[in-house]
Amino acid sequence: MSFLDSFLIRAALAGLGVAIAAAPLGCFVVWRRMAYFGDATAHASILGVALALSFEMSVFTGVLVVSLLMATTVSTLSNRGYAMDTLLGVMAHSALAFGLVAVSFLQGVRIDLMAYLFGDILAVGRLDLGVIWTGSLLVLALLWWRWSALLTATLNPDLAYAAGIDPRREQLALTIALALVVAVAIKVVGVLLIAAMLIIPAATARPFAATPERMALIAAIIGGVSALGGLQLAFTFDTPTGPTIVCLAAVLFALSSLSGLLLRNTRT
Amino acid sequence: MSLVTLQNLTIRHSGNAVLSGVNFKINSGEIVTVVGPNGSGKSTLLRAIIGALQPRSGQVIRSKGLRIGYVPQKLHIDPTLPLTVRRFLSLPKRVSTAEAEQALDQAGAGQLADRQMARLSGGQFQRVLLARALLCDPQLLILDEATQGLDQPGSAAFYQQIATVRRQLGCAVLMVSHELHVVMAASDRVICLNGHICCEGEPEHVASAPEYRALFGSGTQGALALYRHEHNHSHDPDCTHDHHDHEAAE
Repeated sequence: MSFLDSFLIRAALAGLGVAIAAAPLGCFVVWRRMAYFGDATAHASILGVALALSFEMSVFTGVLVVSLLMATTVSTLSNRGYAMDTLLGVMAHSALAFGLVAVSFLQGVRIDLMAYLFGDILAVGRLDLGVIWTGSLLVLALLWWRWSALLTATLNPDLAYAAGIDPRREQLALTIALALVVAVAIKVVGVLLIAAMLIIPAATARPFAATPERMALIAAIIGGVSALGGLQLAFTFDTPTGPTIVCLAAVLFALSSLSGLLLRNTRT
Repeated sequence: MSLVTLQNLTIRHSGNAVLSGVNFKINSGEIVTVVGPNGSGKSTLLRAIIGALQPRSGQVIRSKGLRIGYVPQKLHIDPTLPLTVRRFLSLPKRVSTAEAEQALDQAGAGQLADRQMARLSGGQFQRVLLARALLCDPQLLILDEATQGLDQPGSAAFYQQIATVRRQLGCAVLMVSHELHVVMAASDRVICLNGHICCEGEPEHVASAPEYRALFGSGTQGALALYRHEHNHSHDPDCTHDHHDHEAAE
């Protein structure tokens, strides 16, 4: 296993692991207009970090529990028809604020807050790598299993009901997948940028896709390219890795939007 | 044998009773149309039948293994979701290309398979929705104001397509419609709904019922006036059949 001894190889594998799960899930986040939903869940996870450290649990467990709670709360509220835009904005940022305050109460524990806010991909160990890939493969398996039902429920809940699919169960599947992705991605890009890894690759893939499956596949490729390319750039220019990965994804998005515009203009 | 039976169905929405004490039955092969003013619970009734709404009291009894083809009132497809007609037809169950082509032909939407859903016209979109509903070989076809947003010749052509499909498949049809002339011409039975069932029966019977007149104004006169008026403006050669019926009704 000398291959995994290099921290750069471990970082590359961690980035890839997160990207290939986050991108297809991100497609659903985009299609269902749940961008803020991802934000709220990710931001709440800093509270999970504080809890995990104070109860001496693993950070992964703490984050998973808190993101699951947050995601479930948000999806329950949205089914009750609250004005979600405002409510999610309130929850996303207050969860982050409460988390930061909670972390400051931790005495005797010196934690590097920056590592949780922006990720610390270069410090990924073998155990982390195992957790990340297990989580990512679980998310991919869940999406693969529920794909058709998820798509139908995304299109229209009544179409789903008429076909014998319960859209609330599909929403729950997405909620669980989202919490899992947040829990595995916190080490790689940090809580502030997780939503970017969900949304940007999916949005970048849109102009080049004719079917939902192709969009998910292209998004996964774009996510992977951003992770590996970002890592390389961060190494070359000595910049923070998580933000560099997101920057590269954003540049790809800009290029894709431009070529999307050109494609449309030549077609009409 | 009845496909769906509603027993004393009551549905509440945020505290208010939308439907109360509804008893209703649809038999195989029947065309039943639900009419009623806005907010009278028409869509609620259909959504209870497909299982999207839980009744507060009463029961929805579907025959065992009932296959329902559902055409929703409107379907918004988010512009971020790429979806070809062909892919849409395979939701949620994958169908073969031959089956997809056949359903599109039946719905009068042949040649559309490779188009993006977002780029279809209103009429094409509704036909694709119909095609998808036909793919499960439905025993009961449910349409919720399926011609909303279509112009008069467009909706007349669409309803003619429904009649053709019904003849071919022998399925029952339950639809909500605002277009009273269609109701009068094409249904076996009409349900007049306003929170409860005001009256029901054959179209002629309902049109002359006082409850119906109270809801829709001058009864038969009104319905036929609307009917005649709209057909004067229709120059679609496909409409000759309807027009014939209409003259007979006069």
